[in-house]
Amino acid sequence: MQQSEFSDISRMLTPILARHGGDASRLLQVLREVQDACHTIPSGAIDQIAAHFDVPRVNVEGVAGFYSFLSSQPVGEYQMLFSNNITDQMLGKDELMQYLCNKLWVEQGRVSEDGLVSVGSTSCTGMCDQGPAALINGWPLTNLDQNRLDLISELIRARKPVAEWPPMLFEVVDNIRRSDVLLGEPLAPGAAIGAVLARGAKETLAEMDKANLRGRGGAGFKVASKWSFCHAAIVEEEGGVICDVGGNPERYMVCNADEGEPGTFKDRVLLTSYADLVFEGMTVGARVVGASKGFLYLRGEYRYLLEKLEEVLQKRREAGLLGNNILGQAGFSFDIEIHLGAGAYICGEESALIESLEGKRGRPRNRPPFPVTSGYKGRPTVVDNVETFACAAKIAEKGGAWFGAMGTAQSTGTKLLSVSGDVARPGIYEYPFGVTVRQVLEDSGAEGRSYAVQVSGPSGTTISWKEFERKIAFEDLPTAGALMVFRRKRDLFQAARNFADFFAHESCGFCTPCRVGTELQKKIMGKIASGHGTASDLEELKRLGHILKTMSHCGLGSSAANPVLDILEKFPDMFESKLKAYAFEPAFDLDGALETARTITGRDDEWAHL
Amino acid sequence: MGASMSKTITIDGQAVPFQEGQTIMDAALASGVYIPHLCHNPEFKPHGSCKLCTVTVNGRNVASCTMPAVEGQQVLNDTAELNADRLALTQMLFVEGNHLCPACEKSGNCQLQAVAYYLGMMSPHYNHFYPQREADASHPDVLLDRNRCIYCELCVRASREVDGKNVFGLSGRGINTILAVNSSSGRLGDTDLAVTDKAVQVCPTGALLIKRRGFAVPIGQRVYDHLTIKKVQTGGRHE
Repeated sequence: MQQSEFSDISRMLTPILARHGGDASRLLQVLREVQDACHTIPSGAIDQIAAHFDVPRVNVEGVAGFYSFLSSQPVGEYQMLFSNNITDQMLGKDELMQYLCNKLWVEQGRVSEDGLVSVGSTSCTGMCDQGPAALINGWPLTNLDQNRLDLISELIRARKPVAEWPPMLFEVVDNIRRSDVLLGEPLAPGAAIGAVLARGAKETLAEMDKANLRGRGGAGFKVASKWSFCHAAIVEEEGGVICDVGGNPERYMVCNADEGEPGTFKDRVLLTSYADLVFEGMTVGARVVGASKGFLYLRGEYRYLLEKLEEVLQKRREAGLLGNNILGQAGFSFDIEIHLGAGAYICGEESALIESLEGKRGRPRNRPPFPVTSGYKGRPTVVDNVETFACAAKIAEKGGAWFGAMGTAQSTGTKLLSVSGDVARPGIYEYPFGVTVRQVLEDSGAEGRSYAVQVSGPSGTTISWKEFERKIAFEDLPTAGALMVFRRKRDLFQAARNFADFFAHESCGFCTPCRVGTELQKKIMGKIASGHGTASDLEELKRLGHILKTMSHCGLGSSAANPVLDILEKFPDMFESKLKAYAFEPAFDLDGALETARTITGRDDEWAHL
Repeated sequence: MGASMSKTITIDGQAVPFQEGQTIMDAALASGVYIPHLCHNPEFKPHGSCKLCTVTVNGRNVASCTMPAVEGQQVLNDTAELNADRLALTQMLFVEGNHLCPACEKSGNCQLQAVAYYLGMMSPHYNHFYPQREADASHPDVLLDRNRCIYCELCVRASREVDGKNVFGLSGRGINTILAVNSSSGRLGDTDLAVTDKAVQVCPTGALLIKRRGFAVPIGQRVYDHLTIKKVQTGGRHE
């Protein structure tokens, strides 16, 4: 390395490292800032960061190599990443991306010769209700069309800093279409905490139990159980001596705002307009389990919300709702720190999220032990979804019986649904649990006759028009909140292929079945899409689905075949119409293999093909 | 046998004793019951990545190397279905890398090859990925050939836990995961790896080879040329 290069990197790094201190759990946060500053993670920076945190260089390299938003090679000074969800595709994402590439004379996935710009795809950015969407240097762009892309390409060519671009390009609206108790009835900051202090921590836990609140991230684990396990972990650890609420040893309250499931954007809205409610819920939980530290793990795609959220936290500190002696209660201390993700869907899995919080690769842990007994830094940790905390605040304020009276027997309260795709009014719909899919489709103005709905994103369930009377509830259709609607004539094979690509891209690579299985699934879907599929490929997909479901390390792998298997089962025509008539065709495409030679020689004439 | 050995699980109907703190794999190995595995080595903390050791416990699939043994567990191990799934995983490991057994110095001593023999693998079944992976011959005594890496992280663990060096680590993600080494140049020769390090000895495949020892034992006379991996590993050997 040149000496000058070393000192350049040093100059850039010194203030960043000083700001983050010496705890290696800040590693990912540091790398994010380096990427912003350099459009890459320079090898020299890795050396210095490793020295700063006193960790092996290879660990830093491992983290830098794991997250999509960090890159070992420079990306463009302007990096445009189009959201690649199926809803963006249905709104013309592929064509728009090609349009921009043509305008800027750049190839997809490559950096322009002058290093000015790169254009690529990224997993769903959570703007499905206002797509097609993209990120420009990490900032969200919505409602893209050719006019906007004309403007954007002019701004890039003029080298105008992104901060000076017209604000209308970055406008993100809430699109709340139906409100119920969560979105419709505001909570005065501090009301829920006050109620907890008046009622008592144990009594509040009893209210959560009475409310039968279940996790809103999709799995539906009972919140009262999780919280009491976390508390009990301490009780056990200290030989049966019940620890004072708010006392030591340390426990953690983590809010999972890594809303990466394609088609889901409810947490974006909660964090935009109901952040107080979410933080209030975390503080309620902290009081119940006796945590003094909380984290909000904010997905990298929502980085644009960071400053606003920090402001909300600061206001709460000033109002005595965070910090020491909350609401004047001696010994009740709790504060919240925001950690940013960097483009990794797997970090929505709670133990991968904890690894990421610790500044590591986002790899799901072996369980047991579960996070409630051994989580962040080995301490008992509660990880709950953004919406779960919002519900918890409401329950703390109004009581468990009030909440439990809404919804169905096993799914109490209301649920936020993120509705997108072929509907007239995409956005957020809050319903009591038990609402039928048909009702949601009617209310959102499903265009024409809806044909299929992807419930809870790619990892959820695909339902056909025959099943629209099914209910949104843990008893029937559990969901983290996404409903992507497909009208008749939509190519559902294309949807399945999009989801297969998504899982292959997001697999962490830890276990064999998911690392290789998702890639095999992607390749077979590609083979069918290119017109080379046969009946034997469908059997192969089913067999792979079985391996993924039964052998994978975590939920990503075990649900990675869901959309392919569901669509294959419910809409077999979508696959079969693309197959060759005979039983088998080898995947190896002899003519395709000559493509490299054709590119090198610049030939595409008849004699260059078989 | 002391009172501490009184607890038992059942594996395929056979009673297997265990001590508190042991995993299903530990208990199985101690009793001479073979559960196919690649990323597990009893000398190291269980890892659970290859998933070959998946067994069915009370109707649910779990990795036996990481799952604690619990009194009364009914474990299914040597079943046609599980072995078929293990075979598929082994085939996946073959096609995602570049494993050319006839030309590999490790042939006959390779656990991946031996597991494939054990599970009756007659073909790779899936289409080869033919990935472009780098070999690294920069170290004077050790060759790193990433074409044969299966990401078991045994070298990572051995270097960290036994050698105290952190020479290896994983980078990348998903199918683009790579075995990285701890030097600015990315070259093995620029690390403090020594040929005597444990990390060099534990590789279950031929991703790490000691130089100038090629074909010291002729092919045909090596460990798995004569013995099944079941016989070798239930006898306590893992290298």
